[in-house]
Amino acid sequence: MDFQLSDEQLQLKKTVREFAEREIAPNVMKWDEPGTFPLETIKELGKLGLMGTIFPTEYGGAGMGYVEYVTAIEELSRVDGSVGIIVAAHTSLCSNHIFVAGNEDQRRKYIPQLASGEFIGAWGLTEPGAGSDAGGARCSAVRRRNTWVLNGTKTFITNGHYSDLAVVVAVTDKTAHTHGLSAFVVEKGTKGFRSGKKENKLGLRASDTSELIFEDCEIPAENLLGHEGEGFIDAMKVLDGGRISIAALGLGMAQGAYESALNYSKERKQFGKPISDFQAIAFKLADMATEIDAARLLTHRAAAMKDAGMKTTLESSMAKLYTSEVAVRCANECVQIHGGYGFIKDYPAEKFYRDVKLCTIGEGTSEIQRLVIARQILKD
Amino acid sequence: MEILVCVRRVPDTSENEIQLSSAGNDIERDDLVYSVNEPDNYAVEEAIQIAANAGGNVTVVTVGSEEDEEVLRREMAMGANQGVLLSDDAFAGSDGKGIATILKALVQKGHYDLVLTGTQAEDGGAQVGGMLAALLDYPFASLVNAITVLDGGKLKISREIEGGNREMSEIDLPCVLSIQTGINEPRYVGMRGIRQVASVEIPTFGTSDLGVDPASVGTAGAKVKRTDYFMPVLGKGAEILQGSQEEIIDQLIELMKAKGGLN
Ligand SMILES: Cc1cc2nc3c(=O)[nH]c(=O)nc-3n(C[C@H](O)[C@H](O)[C@H](O)COP(=O)(O)OP(=O)(O)OC[C@H]3O[C@@H](n4cnc5c(N)ncnc54)[C@H](O)[C@@H]3O)c2cc1C
Repeated sequence: MDFQLSDEQLQLKKTVREFAEREIAPNVMKWDEPGTFPLETIKELGKLGLMGTIFPTEYGGAGMGYVEYVTAIEELSRVDGSVGIIVAAHTSLCSNHIFVAGNEDQRRKYIPQLASGEFIGAWGLTEPGAGSDAGGARCSAVRRRNTWVLNGTKTFITNGHYSDLAVVVAVTDKTAHTHGLSAFVVEKGTKGFRSGKKENKLGLRASDTSELIFEDCEIPAENLLGHEGEGFIDAMKVLDGGRISIAALGLGMAQGAYESALNYSKERKQFGKPISDFQAIAFKLADMATEIDAARLLTHRAAAMKDAGMKTTLESSMAKLYTSEVAVRCANECVQIHGGYGFIKDYPAEKFYRDVKLCTIGEGTSEIQRLVIARQILKD
Repeated sequence: MEILVCVRRVPDTSENEIQLSSAGNDIERDDLVYSVNEPDNYAVEEAIQIAANAGGNVTVVTVGSEEDEEVLRREMAMGANQGVLLSDDAFAGSDGKGIATILKALVQKGHYDLVLTGTQAEDGGAQVGGMLAALLDYPFASLVNAITVLDGGKLKISREIEGGNREMSEIDLPCVLSIQTGINEPRYVGMRGIRQVASVEIPTFGTSDLGVDPASVGTAGAKVKRTDYFMPVLGKGAEILQGSQEEIIDQLIELMKAKGGLN
């Protein structure tokens, strides 16, 4: 068992950190308040190969695995969770759905454009009436000769407004429940497809969360992704990978919050000494460091298993559940350690506090993760 | 053009809190995060650009141990064509002249038209470039902030002079130049580059490969020895401003005004 990153993985970690510190850190608050989508930065990440980390080089990817991918997401999110979630939704949801379920033509057509960042991807499963119960989707796709016609609305879709293509799950057979859902690729500019309301959010404000609206949107039959009726099953497989990336998102933000709390506690003096000298503060830091380490081990284990080609439904959910909750606790303690300054926008604490909350909600709430975990451990 | 760039791995001052070792003659080196010396990274970028425009090949070299290979790989992932590690127990404790002696041996083993170094190592004294040039009997220019390749084996170079003036010179190849930060904007390392160089073999040369006399380098050859290392004591002439960032900025402005540096 090896708990060290390889030299190559360390090189990647350093590189992403360098980019994040120089190109993202100075802009974090500038993007946050108005909710500015960092398009230019995302394009730069594309040039560096960070929009297609997990895809083979013959498809224009970096030819790396999930361990490298989560390392990159962690480093981006340590500085700005918004960038982390943009990359995560693009890579492990949209692009990976195409890579996993798509045929060779679809892979060749879309993955290189997505992996280079030329195209930004979105992944639409959630609907106003179908969140945790994603199988209850209403958005429909009806076959008409050589096309499919989509009608309905997807909600809370990351990158929705800025995406060049979206993978969308829609009902193709109302009578077959979760076996009646299929996935489709819809390109921007297709008639009858548009993005709707851009949400005004608590956190991760520089990331875009929008509606996708389909009104008699006609797409070619070859845009069906995977087999008809297996869209939901594929989506659940995609989420096995996606959840590892939300774990990495939480991990990065927890690490960022911890580091800023640690530094502040050494600088801030009260009663004549640094507040880190008070056991009450030092113990908070000890708990944060320990929990973050445990979260990182869970996340890296799930990633390493995925790279080894193993099924990770249980491990992904455990990593996602634990890491999200650690992130929320760490951000909370980070504000507490900052005292009043933690409540003020001059310090990163308040932003971490707002941003981390998404982790216990997106790609399955903490309750749903417990449901998945319970089902896995009780199944035999 | 065959270009050799000398690089060095140094403690990353943005990632570490530098503390003195208990012995008091060095910094605490356990758990330090290292990275490539910043001016060296600019030198490598410049070399990559020259090679891309004028044709050629970029080699990066460092004198150090196996751990220092990391910076060679980084610079190769960025675009240098190959790396060379100069490593030998006899090299440990070299002073500036010792390092220059080791590098000279490598330069003479190969055929380099241009040798670049960073202006100075973040933990060093800006010695190696000049000494290397002198040992090789090559022309040398320091603090270079622009390079143009001319016909006929010459370069046009620019150097910033105190006060912001620029001095332009022509220099014959082969030569040694020390490069300033700001000469270009170094690119970031891409994932594909990292992957490509991950398993590339990096040749290592020691004293016998280079034909270097062990007595002339390392501790044996060093005539400059560090005797002490300390942080200036607080008091007259060394003051650390306290407070939040804003408060520190305000205090600093007040101080500068009081001393006539701002009006
Ligand atoms: C910023 C952001 C980005 C997002 N990005 C995407 C995206 O890119 N693509 C996409 O498809 N979706 C996306 N989502 C949607 C997200 O996945 C859903 O919000 C999430 O799955 C929860 O669904 P819901 O909001 O409808 O909540 P609900 O399902 O209504 O849940 C409400 C509460 O009920 C609980 N609950 C529900 N069912 C059960 C149960 N069976 N047992 C116990 N408790 C239960 C939940 O845990 C929660 O606490 C995003 C959401 C946000 C906020």
